Formats: sequence, structure tokens, C-alpha cells
Amino acid sequence: MLNTNALFGNRWLLAFVLLLLPFVLQPFGNAWIRISDMSLLYVLLALGLNIVVGYAGLLDLGYVAFFAVGAYLFGLLASPHLTDAFPWIATMFSNGLHLSLWMVLPMAAGVAALFGIVLGAPTLKLRGDYLAIVTLGFGEIIRVFLNNLDQPVNITNGPKGIGPIDSVSVFGHPLSKRLDLGFIELPSVTLYYYLFLVLVVVSVVVCHRLENSRIGRAWMAIREDEIAAKAMGLNTRNLKLMAFGMGATFGGISGAMFAAFQGFVSPESFSLMESVMIVAMVVLGGLGHLPGVILGAVLLAALPEALRYVAGPLQEMTGVV
Amino acid sequence: MDVLLQQVINGLVLGSMYALVALGYTMVYGIINLINFAHGEVLMIGALCSWSLINILQPAFPNLPGWVILLMAMVLASMTAAALNFAIEKIAYRPLRNAPKLAPLITAIGMSIFLQTIAMIVWKPNYKPFPTLLPSTPIAIGEAVITPTQLMILGLTAVALAVLSWLVNATRLGRAMRATAENPRMASLMGVKPDMVISATFIIGAVLATLAGVMWASNYGTVHHAMGFLPGLKAFTAAVFGGIGNLGGAVVGGLLLGLIESIGSGYLGELTGGVMGSQYSDIFAFLVLILVLTLRPSGLMGERVADRA
Repeated sequence: MLNTNALFGNRWLLAFVLLLLPFVLQPFGNAWIRISDMSLLYVLLALGLNIVVGYAGLLDLGYVAFFAVGAYLFGLLASPHLTDAFPWIATMFSNGLHLSLWMVLPMAAGVAALFGIVLGAPTLKLRGDYLAIVTLGFGEIIRVFLNNLDQPVNITNGPKGIGPIDSVSVFGHPLSKRLDLGFIELPSVTLYYYLFLVLVVVSVVVCHRLENSRIGRAWMAIREDEIAAKAMGLNTRNLKLMAFGMGATFGGISGAMFAAFQGFVSPESFSLMESVMIVAMVVLGGLGHLPGVILGAVLLAALPEALRYVAGPLQEMTGVV
Repeated sequence: MDVLLQQVINGLVLGSMYALVALGYTMVYGIINLINFAHGEVLMIGALCSWSLINILQPAFPNLPGWVILLMAMVLASMTAAALNFAIEKIAYRPLRNAPKLAPLITAIGMSIFLQTIAMIVWKPNYKPFPTLLPSTPIAIGEAVITPTQLMILGLTAVALAVLSWLVNATRLGRAMRATAENPRMASLMGVKPDMVISATFIIGAVLATLAGVMWASNYGTVHHAMGFLPGLKAFTAAVFGGIGNLGGAVVGGLLLGLIESIGSGYLGELTGGVMGSQYSDIFAFLVLILVLTLRPSGLMGERVADRA
């Protein structure tokens, strides 16, 4: 674990850099801070998937489904969509349905975990490639449902998606508005940056504690050799379900955050490609290795965006578009 | 019109295309235990190549009948796709043959993204109409109809399957392939060159996928760079359904999946009172997959158990 020390040994320096990052990026435009926001969300997703793939060794190619569940849950509970579509809900909530993210977050975590367990249960006997393909199937099924549940009753609004979704409020200040601190003004993206940063730090701590706990060690035992783990008295069924549930929780939470951040969700954001990207992040960084997973997520999330800025001028120069 | 008979015909047509692609998956999986996610993209490249070739051939030989042009395009596109698949295996999969299992899988997915993007750059991202080269007047069978294109698909699939079964069961190469699938180490001790066998497998798979791609294109009338993904995924489902690694299983799985999908989506609207329509047809493949893997992980005709995967 040499990298761990290199990366986290100087944790004060790291914290300093992370805290100052938005101010460094600010002169280059808010788009760059937005990219870091998205990278942090992907770090969150990668951390969640790392529990399933990295610790428990269960290759999940449908992880984005839980992201979608969280995003749609917040989208439904904090946008005018449900009250528009169902008059009886409109009569129940005269001011419109606008739950705060902090109320939805535990729900998103719970519902996503439930989905994780429900989807995980039939796959308990499967391993490796077969598990990958079944989870992939689940991910696609959820997306097809999101796409088509606009009739006969309009629940998800189909391919058109749901919006506008309320933003997050912290201490009564909505993060979609700029914050004036007197000496400095923080734009909305910077505020979201700090919110996501806090979440990522909390998640890293949770993951780190999990990794060194009895459960974490049990997961790794299953990853290395399931039969041996079973012989040592581990309840592999419950542990696997727990891994699915835990991983899904992370997906649900980051989904709700994503919905609040974007203000809009549609099935397009939850394609198989996203699942593949998250798996690639975890694999690129190194399965089960936290700093690696974080690095992988940041690299794969930020590179395409950063390359967009590089590739544009390059294409203009060479005349290839 | 007889709905059931019509759906059976459509299902058989769809199923034979699945079967051709599924054979490619199952052969590769049987020999090197890799889910070749890029296989659907080979189908796409084959279809797009044949589209380009038809656009070149048609003005060049205006007097040739449509089916000759289609056949020429199919053969030339198959050769291109075979060369491509040969190169893919050599460049992307061979160096990873002894790597941990996840690495080739991710590489295959990456290859699939790469090929899609390349196709998008080369052929542009729009949907292109695939020219109708066969007569389009449908032929009546009882109360249902079948188009000449669909007839061609059924006929060509039968020919391809016959050739493949001869190749696998009666030739030296086929014996080498079966031996490598059984036990690669032992086969190589017996004088079989595994690298050659694997290359041959990828080439055969590419030819079958191209056949399916051209059929797909002429049946649905369009080609585009993302057309390979869903057929690829469903064909893999078919391969698992029939028992992966088993050639007969892939054919049976493909045909059954096609039938289930077409009959299922045909009657879904009626059964649910219009609540769910044919837009849910894509779900059938995945439901079948999940059910098969949970109830009978070795597939309909497979003898391998899921744990070995």
C-alpha cells in the first residue's frame, strides 16, 4: 500500500489543494468547476461500485440503475411533475410537492438499497461473466421502464424526462443561487463543489472503515474464494446481499444529488455506457483500492471533458470535424 | 390475418439472425472464455460495409439483378469484417489471454466503444436507408405473409448452419476447434496450434455476424453506427439461453428467443389491456436471460455449470 501513503500521507496538503481548487479553476470559467463537480459525483459512484466489484468481487454492469433510482426519486418528489400529472396529489399538497433533499436522501438510500437487494437476490448463485450479463439486463430493464412509464399513467414522463427539479438548500440558502460572503462571491457550481466534496470525504471514511471491518474482510474472503469463505462459517448469501445493498445506497445518494445538481433527469443519463464507465473507473484505479478508485474516477470523468477543450481547437486547426 | 402464424414467421426470421450472431459468441466463449462484447459491432461494421459496397456496385453494374449485388456485397463485407475481427483478436485480446478475467472483458467493451466511434466518424452518425435489392411483394402463406427478404434470411441461415456444422464436425480445423474448446493445453500437446484455432474462430464468427448484419439491414431497411449493440446483447442472451459453448444450443436459443420476443410483444398489448405495448419487447430478452440463469444456469443444452464461468 505504498500509494496510500503517497496520496494520503500528506493529508493536510491534499485538503488544502481540494479546498482551493474552485478558486484556481474560477478564472478559466465555471465550466471547469462544473467538471470537477461531476468528477466528484463519479467518485461517489465509483466508491459505491467498488464495494460490490472491488470488495465482494461481484461484477455489476447495471450499477447505473441505482443511480437512476435515486435521481428519479428526488426528481419525482421535488418537481411539479407529480402534481401536474395527478390531480389528487395536487390536492394533497396545495403548495406543490417540494420535499427537501435532506428528507429525500435517506429515502433514496433506502429505496436504492432495496432495489440492490431485490436485484441481487436472484443472482446469488451466479459468478463472473454470467453475473455481469444479468446485472446488465437489470440495468437495461430499469431504463426501458423509465422510458415507457409515461403511459397509461404518467409516472416518469418517458423520454422527455422530469424537470425542473428543486436545488439543494443548505442552512436556508439554495445552492442554485450565488452566495455573497461579503469579501467574496461564490457561484452556484462552487457551492455544489463543496457539498459534493463533503459527501465524498464522508464516503471515503465510510468505505475505509468498511474495508477494515469484519464485514469488509468477509467480502474480500468471498472475492478470493467463495467456497473457502463459506467453509469458514461466513453467511455468503447475506454478505453478498449486503454488498449489493451497500453499493446501491451510494448509487441512490449520488443519484439524488445528481438530480438536484442538474435540475433535470431523463432516461438518457442512465444508459449502459454509464455503467460501463463506472466499472472502468473502478478497474482502472485498481479493484478494492480506495485511492486508486478515486483517481480512476477523477481521470475518466474529467478527461473526456477536458479533452473537449483541447480537441475543439485541434479539430479546427486540422480541418477535421 | 392470422396473427399467431405471422408472429411465428417474424420470430423465426428474427431468431435466425440472433442464432447467427449467437454462434459467434458461443464459439469464442467456448474456446477462450471471453464474452466478446465487440461482436455486435462486427455485425454493424459488416452491415455498413455492405451498404457502402452496394452503393458502389449498383451504379457500376446497373444491369445485374438485385440479389447478385446483395450477394457480392455480402461476400466482400464478410471478408472485410473477417479481417477486422482477426485484427481485433490479435491486437486486443491475445496479449490479455493470461490476464485476470476482468481485463479482457473490459477490453472487449472498450473495443465495442472504439468500433462504434470509428464507424460514426467513417460513415457519419445519421441513419442511412439500406437499398431494397430483393422484390418487395410479399408472398402469402396461409393467412400470413412473408417477404422475399425474410425468405432469403431463412434460406441463407439454413445454408450457413449446414456449412458450419460440416466445418466443425467433419474437417480437421473443426476437430482442432473442438479439441481446443475441450482443453486448450492438452490440444496444443497434440499438435493443435491454439493461436491458429482462435484466429479461425474469430474469422468464422465475423463472417456469420456479417451475414446477420446484412440480413438485419435489408430486413429493417436502415443502417447506422449503433445498430450492432442491441442485436449483439440479445444474441449473447440467446447463446446463454441455449447453453454457452454449445453450437446447437446457440441456434436453438436464438430461434427460441426470436419466437418469444415476437410472440410476446405481439400479444403483450392484448394481455395487459393496452397498458404495456410492443415498446417493452426489449425486456423479454433480458427476462429470459435472468430466468434461465437463475433456474438453469447451464442453459437449455449446456453441460457447463455457471460456477466455471
